[in-house]
Amino acid sequence: MAEFAQQIVSGLASGAIYASLALALVLIYRSTDVINFAQGEMATFTTYTAWSLMHHGMSYWPAFALTLAIAFAGGVAVERVVIRPVERRPELVIVIVTIGLLLTINATIGWIWGADVKAFDSPFPNNTWDVHSVTISVQDVGTLGVCLLTVFLLWGFFRFTTVGLAMRAVAINPNASRLLAVRVGWMLALGWGLAAVLGAVAGMMAAPTVFLDPSMMLVILIYAFAAAVLGGIDSPAGAVVGGLSLGVVINLLSRYVNFVGTELRLPTALAVLLVVLIIRPQGLFGHKVVRRV
Amino acid sequence: MIGLPRPLYTALKLAALAGVVAILAVLPRFMGEFRVGQFTFVGIYFIALLGLNILTGYSGQISLGHGAFMGIGAYVTAVLTLGRKGLVLFGHHPPHWLPLGDGMRPALTIPIALVVTGIVGLLFGMPALRLAGVSLALATFAVAVSLPTVAKRFEDVTGGGGGLSLPLPETPFGLHVSAPHWLYYEAWGCAAILFVVAWVLVRARVGRAWRAIRDGELAATASGVSPALYKTLAFGVSSAFAGVAGSLLAIQVAFVNPDTFPLSLSILLLASVVVGGLGSLSGVIVGALMLEFLPVYAQHPPLFGQSFSKQAPGVVFGVVLILIMFAVPAGAAGLLRRIVRPLTKPVPTVSD
Repeated sequence: MAEFAQQIVSGLASGAIYASLALALVLIYRSTDVINFAQGEMATFTTYTAWSLMHHGMSYWPAFALTLAIAFAGGVAVERVVIRPVERRPELVIVIVTIGLLLTINATIGWIWGADVKAFDSPFPNNTWDVHSVTISVQDVGTLGVCLLTVFLLWGFFRFTTVGLAMRAVAINPNASRLLAVRVGWMLALGWGLAAVLGAVAGMMAAPTVFLDPSMMLVILIYAFAAAVLGGIDSPAGAVVGGLSLGVVINLLSRYVNFVGTELRLPTALAVLLVVLIIRPQGLFGHKVVRRV
Repeated sequence: MIGLPRPLYTALKLAALAGVVAILAVLPRFMGEFRVGQFTFVGIYFIALLGLNILTGYSGQISLGHGAFMGIGAYVTAVLTLGRKGLVLFGHHPPHWLPLGDGMRPALTIPIALVVTGIVGLLFGMPALRLAGVSLALATFAVAVSLPTVAKRFEDVTGGGGGLSLPLPETPFGLHVSAPHWLYYEAWGCAAILFVVAWVLVRARVGRAWRAIRDGELAATASGVSPALYKTLAFGVSSAFAGVAGSLLAIQVAFVNPDTFPLSLSILLLASVVVGGLGSLSGVIVGALMLEFLPVYAQHPPLFGQSFSKQAPGVVFGVVLILIMFAVPAGAAGLLRRIVRPLTKPVPTVSD
């Protein structure tokens, strides 16, 4: 029983990372109506930036904060430079552009930092707490805490600030928002910036355990896709719930079902994705798309 | 504006096609065996890109998993070529219920790879195409990332991380050509057949349905075209093409392992289709040439030092992909058409 509880906690910790990246995907999906295939690579890029900052003598938390600022600026810049020119074009075109971004950023990372694996420091001590004979690693609790705090702050931003309100309005009805003097273009850019921040948090939390390498976020991106589809691709709350539950379920399956083991974790996520698409295409919390002719 | 009468226009197109076929037929005489091998790869990529263009260019869906479907075709060929005996000889223990046969001539496994990969594509396409938009891209992306882990897990059949070695290619029927030349003609022979198949398909009823869905799904539905049916069909056909390409690749390199078909292959395939031109079957040749030769040439003059030259293909492909979407969404074929059309545009006839 104690081990079961441990598996749940560590599942929640990895689930929190999936949830952050899934939320980033959902933010962009709601504002730009596309899946950003470059989300994982953007996160990897910012995580490498954090590594460089620390490598040059910065301590963890200042580097963390500076990285988030850089990620935000980078996300806004990507939207302005690369996405804006194709904003009104068919979905296919925008998706291909994000795939072009994926390729470019991935190769650029290899160019700047090289392809070899690097270690990444963790801000949390490497010890454990014992709660009723359940051993909980501080690393897991810290990861969960940082990710949930970010999500909570973001929720507050959307719920209580005028800019947040304007962004929600743009996601629902860009034309009406423009008539009400909301600067729609900049709201979209802001959405990309915030998504990049979420990705950076996910990247920096994942890096101590998966280590830094140019394709570190690839697998996590698949989990995030599955989480976002599970929760409903247009639902922020769904992304968080989907991410956390996917983390726990996959952890339990790979621990207790021999057939799955460690090798079939990823195909399990794929199976979740397909099953959700078959049974409930709108996900747990998403809206059914109704189209009128 | 200058124009050409329609029959002359068609004749010109056919002449250009005949010219390309003639060049491809005599090409191996003028180059060494290594070069011939490279052009065999061009033929293999040509087949995969034809399939991907049917899916992306004609029916408007994105697959990021075509490298993985090539992988399925490659494993079908590898396993069937070795047969049960061969697998046991290499120390694997395939389950008894699998019909593996006693080893076949590699070329005969190609149609089997086509059918198996096509069926896998159809089965996979059914759920993945239920959502409008990019759900197929998502699901195929996941397939591309998971294929290597699946191949490693079921090592009794796939040889796991060590992969499967095929017997070295040899020329059948006692023909007097060397093995590399035989592989070249085998690959381009398949490419020619599949080009004709693709050409007929996109001009037939099914091709019109695909384009109708691509250009307006709602309007197509309203006209009685079932998007789910035709999209699944497009995915099945394009996976079958990828299966043939993978099968030929396995024969060409005489080896398959999980890392032969990484995600990057799938992404570069999509990039090449876009570069050649979405919705243009002849543009595919440009994409195939670029896919084979860009990595070779990008690495040679180390422009910005050693670390850049390794990453150069990725950067170039990525930037070119974005720029093409900005400026010439129809790719190389579209660019050519834009230049040539004013000179060769058919004179409108009464029936037009």
